[in-house]
Amino acid sequence: MDEGHKITVEEIKHLSVLTRIHMSDEEIELMRDQMSDILRNIDILNQIDTEEVEITAHSSNVESVMREDVSGDSITIEDALLNAPNIEKDFIRIRAVLE
Amino acid sequence: MINLTDLTIDKARLLLDSKELSALELTKLYLDRIDDLDENISSFLSINYENAIKQADNADSLIAKGDSNILTGIPMQIKDNICTKGIRTTCASNMLEGFIPPYNAHIVEKLNEAGAILLGKGNLDEFAMGSSTENSSFKITKNPWDITRVPGGSSGGPAASVAASEVLFSIGSDTGGSIRQPASFCGVVGMKPTYGLVSRFGLIAFASSLDQIGPITNNVKDSAIVLSAMAGYDSRDSTSLKVDIPDYSKGLKLDLKGFNIGVPKEYFTLGIDPKIENNIREAIKTLEGLGANIEEVTLPHTEYALSVYYIIAPSEASANLSRYDGVKYGYSDSESESMWDALESTRESGFGPEVKRRIFLGTYALSSGYYDAYYVKAQKVRTLIRQDFENAFKKFDVLVMPTCPTTAFNVGDKIDDPIQMYLNDIFTIPANIAGIPGISVPSGLIDGLPVGLQFMSGSLQEKKLFQAAYAYERAHDWNNLKPNI
Repeated sequence: MDEGHKITVEEIKHLSVLTRIHMSDEEIELMRDQMSDILRNIDILNQIDTEEVEITAHSSNVESVMREDVSGDSITIEDALLNAPNIEKDFIRIRAVLE
Repeated sequence: MINLTDLTIDKARLLLDSKELSALELTKLYLDRIDDLDENISSFLSINYENAIKQADNADSLIAKGDSNILTGIPMQIKDNICTKGIRTTCASNMLEGFIPPYNAHIVEKLNEAGAILLGKGNLDEFAMGSSTENSSFKITKNPWDITRVPGGSSGGPAASVAASEVLFSIGSDTGGSIRQPASFCGVVGMKPTYGLVSRFGLIAFASSLDQIGPITNNVKDSAIVLSAMAGYDSRDSTSLKVDIPDYSKGLKLDLKGFNIGVPKEYFTLGIDPKIENNIREAIKTLEGLGANIEEVTLPHTEYALSVYYIIAPSEASANLSRYDGVKYGYSDSESESMWDALESTRESGFGPEVKRRIFLGTYALSSGYYDAYYVKAQKVRTLIRQDFENAFKKFDVLVMPTCPTTAFNVGDKIDDPIQMYLNDIFTIPANIAGIPGISVPSGLIDGLPVGLQFMSGSLQEKKLFQAAYAYERAHDWNNLKPNI
């Protein structure tokens, strides 16, 4: 079995930063083992020569869709704030970004 | 006395229109059955008693005025990753436990207009990521044929609810097989339309280039009826197709004379249970008996589809799920003082293990240094898989193959082994990669558990797909077998 893509604990820690998902040391080890297994399976793609092949990003060849630049109905401020965990008047209250 | 296990949309329509039964009576019968059964099956995350009664009253007045259509007064369930205005929509995730959508999904608007009655929301694997519904943060749905087994997933709640006759139809979503695989495990009909045929507006995004909404029903005709009611252009989904939607349920014939059906040989080599292979080979003989021309075909890139999927789906998911920050909506960790700590602990406690695994995998595949090796490579192989199908559909009207390599497995069997779990979707994933439609229909029982026969057709060839599935179904009526519950 190809061991080329054995992912490291450091890489998982870096992904934890990129994904903004905190993880315990135990979870990091489990994630490393499971991701290594998955990536090893995925490596069969390297058997195929794709040098000359175009990519498919979408199955239906859709193009960007623009709507007319006219105002329309939208949800109300009240509805938009309905699910916000922390609101003040018509605003969402967040923690300080700069400390 | 009405026997709910015998009922289909067609039959219920006759009862409602002949006034033998009111929509209110029908709704109450189903709500009573849900109260009796769902403690064991757990297909519902929420039940909508008050609203259902209101909708039933409304349906009855439409029927009295002669204003009804095919779905007026028909009780349904909707998977809980599809937004219902004012009704909790959780994605079976702690992250959205209290989320009340301020709008309806496009398909909810369409089904409301058609007069269907929403009895409640169906359980799923968290954010539709999984093949057993064991990844739900709230409950494990059981297979009505054997409650020690999984119903499949991620639309496990929808498939189980139809199999248990708790509703007349349910709506699922299918990113890699999440409608067809549970339909196969539960002995019901599950259909994934062509990508873009049904609007994704209001479907909570998992992998946007693969996700598609579709019906889970008792039979093929009901599937065609529900798809006809849901499909159609919607400006709020930029990938929505501008095509005419026929009534797919009209003109279905009992034979397949002149139909060319391909049997892709790769679907009989990749880890299939020999009993399933026998079952599917028998089904192919039936198709031949109905007048179809049967021929073997090769789709040479089939074995790569699973790997392509496990790069593309997590990559798209990692981007889609970055919106869950505990600020605008959803679970929020209120203990942390700093913004970054709050964000990290919100996402740590809000997401379950499978969702985290896919976010990590997708972030890895998209990260600098790996983007070309994984994401671009997968998109290129996606082209090859799509071309395999395009070549096959130059010659064949439909392809036939198994839906799954096995029947329903035991609860707990695969939950700790992601690779084994992922292999379940090996025969369904290619249709999502290529954007083509697929349907799973019951093809009998093995050791008391349902088996699914799958058809795929070319893009927007739903009529051919339903025709093949309908003729097969009527030749055996396997779908009339119901679980003993």
